[in-house]
Amino acid sequence: MLPEVELDRLQGRLAENVMHFARVLRQAGLPIGTDRVLLAFDGLRTAGLASRGDLHAILAACFLSRGEHRTLFDQAFHIFWRDPDFLGRIMQMLMPQVKQRVSVPELPQNRRLAAALLGPSTAPVQLSESRIEIDAAFSWSDREQLRKVDFDTMTAEEWAAAQRMLDRLPALSALRATRRTVPAARGRQLDVRAMLRTAARRGGETVMPTWRQRRMRIEPLVVLVDISGSMSRYSRMFLHFMHALVSGRAAANLRVHTFVFGTRLTHITRQLAARDPDEALAAVVNAVDDWSGGTRIAHALHEFNLRWARRVLSTSPTVLLITDGLEHGDTDLLTREAERLSKSCRRLLWLNPLLRYAGFEPKAAGVVALLPHVDALLPVHNLESLDQLITALAYKGERAVIANGVSPAPRSQ
Amino acid sequence: MWVIGYGSVMTAFPASIDATANLLTDHNYVADRPLATAVFLALKLQRPLFLEGEPGTGKTEIAKVLAVALGTELIRLQCYEGLDIHGAAYEWNYAQQMLEIRLAEATGESRERIAQGLFTERFLIERPLLASLRPRETPPVLLIDEIDRADEPFEAYLLEVLADFQITIPEWKTVKAEQPPIVVITSNRTREVHDAVKRRCLYHWVDYPSAARELEILRRRVPDAQQMLSRQIVAFVQELRRIELYKLPGVAETIEWSRALLALDAVVLEPETVNNTLGVLLKYQDDVAKLQGVEAARLIERVRNDALVRGSA
Repeated sequence: MLPEVELDRLQGRLAENVMHFARVLRQAGLPIGTDRVLLAFDGLRTAGLASRGDLHAILAACFLSRGEHRTLFDQAFHIFWRDPDFLGRIMQMLMPQVKQRVSVPELPQNRRLAAALLGPSTAPVQLSESRIEIDAAFSWSDREQLRKVDFDTMTAEEWAAAQRMLDRLPALSALRATRRTVPAARGRQLDVRAMLRTAARRGGETVMPTWRQRRMRIEPLVVLVDISGSMSRYSRMFLHFMHALVSGRAAANLRVHTFVFGTRLTHITRQLAARDPDEALAAVVNAVDDWSGGTRIAHALHEFNLRWARRVLSTSPTVLLITDGLEHGDTDLLTREAERLSKSCRRLLWLNPLLRYAGFEPKAAGVVALLPHVDALLPVHNLESLDQLITALAYKGERAVIANGVSPAPRSQ
Repeated sequence: MWVIGYGSVMTAFPASIDATANLLTDHNYVADRPLATAVFLALKLQRPLFLEGEPGTGKTEIAKVLAVALGTELIRLQCYEGLDIHGAAYEWNYAQQMLEIRLAEATGESRERIAQGLFTERFLIERPLLASLRPRETPPVLLIDEIDRADEPFEAYLLEVLADFQITIPEWKTVKAEQPPIVVITSNRTREVHDAVKRRCLYHWVDYPSAARELEILRRRVPDAQQMLSRQIVAFVQELRRIELYKLPGVAETIEWSRALLALDAVVLEPETVNNTLGVLLKYQDDVAKLQGVEAARLIERVRNDALVRGSA
């Protein structure tokens, strides 16, 4: 191992490289502040460097803060600190020319990492391709049609209408009692601490009762949006709606997780968080590969149950499933996954744009499979129906059954 | 399993990563080098250690082993939704205070005296966070377990404690630790903990162990198991972790399963025994159903073949 003194003396170059490494990671999207870099210096000075593995472990402990960043970190580490003769070279202060070293690389597997290491990509995303519209509504293709949709913005009137409705949302959404209390004019619990403070101030003369009650909070939401070809005209509007929801006035109080799925499931909560709606939706389009492709509802639900349910359903939220239910694949799997999903959330609301047709009957195999496991089936084809959705969200009953034209079968316990 | 130790003699902090790894191994915790590094840095830099990972990978165990190994006290705070200051840090003894007021009135004490005497140490009930800051011979290990179960307001409260190792009690004073406790925070990641908390900590993702490490863990924790059986158990569990399951078995499950098989006098893995004891390994009906019968038999077959190949090589 290198003696501490050595390290201190040589610190200049090493520190510089650690800092460059941190910058690469930062550009790749890891939240690494200067404090973490300083911590890494401390760590290196304390632990010393016996091997490349140690350097990896130390930097990981200091730079990482999320499990899902590990892969990215590992890749970046192996590219940045690539040196077969680590111990030999470290005496001459390893890794002198960061830039040179990185510019002769085999391409890193991760697009974000590549962009961070090599600078901004020269090939812009070609949006014009999306102009070639193949109307695949009501047909299903297994193949992903890596198409990127060019979002038009909502018309001004639509936007204003949506905004108005969203302002009403916090008032209407169901509130749930949390396990915390707040001071209240009346309530069930005595606030003894406040009472004694007042008593102490007044010299113990009088002890007046003061109260606390349970704090209320807007129910958490998880939203799963189908973006397959047959759904694309509605999902666009609905994403606008979601963006308005998470960036609106009530956003601070609201916990929403949003996913989109076609042939695969994508978590887009972070992309939606951008302030500007167009920016947010562009970010979503960028993150999603299977826009307007085929749909595999069962697989999407399976993936959700497997990878995400434990992480986003722990607060037992209301789940909005937005799809036309036209699943042409494995309906047995769909039944099983829908049942599991419905059992692990508080309410499962299904929003189906096909309900716009007066004669809609639940005959398609996918619809039949889904229907027994949802608490409500609601239309979602225009702003008016979004209004209905808001009313449904506001419904406080457990396992509410609100149906529009179609009644789901009663849940079997 | 581990007795909460009130150590009389403080073992000095390990001086290097190797020493840390050895210390943990001496107390039957087989840590890989990255984990030993994180622990060593946490001790040296006096930073909280944030351990995240799937359930049953030995996160809580680290805190327990550290307390025993360093010969110091373990203070444990189990998190739950709605955990508040009263449960986590301190509480005033209201009944006593009420009595005090009445008593003081009866003896005709002045109002000022009553006001001054009401919020003092005498009436303070310590909870884990405050207890961990109190002066003692050796800094204790403070285990904040399953922080993902607590809600966001609690995380916000933790920030002060983790950043400065102090707690402000508005009616009384700010309590600051002379020697910061060794803080270990665990999370099963049922939700994302806020970055502000993580930023103050050293982060380590506790992964499922490699086959070699898992075998070593079994050797130490279930010493009665035959080498052959242990090998097969580990190979089987490692194979399981490659299958798409709702809940992959952790090290805790491996240990439990080995004990179960021992209790059933198993010498090698048999399809029938495995089928009957799958409930020890897998905790979802869907997972058990998926594996029962053919799949399990196939896995066992493969595990045995592997063992044969390795045995002859």
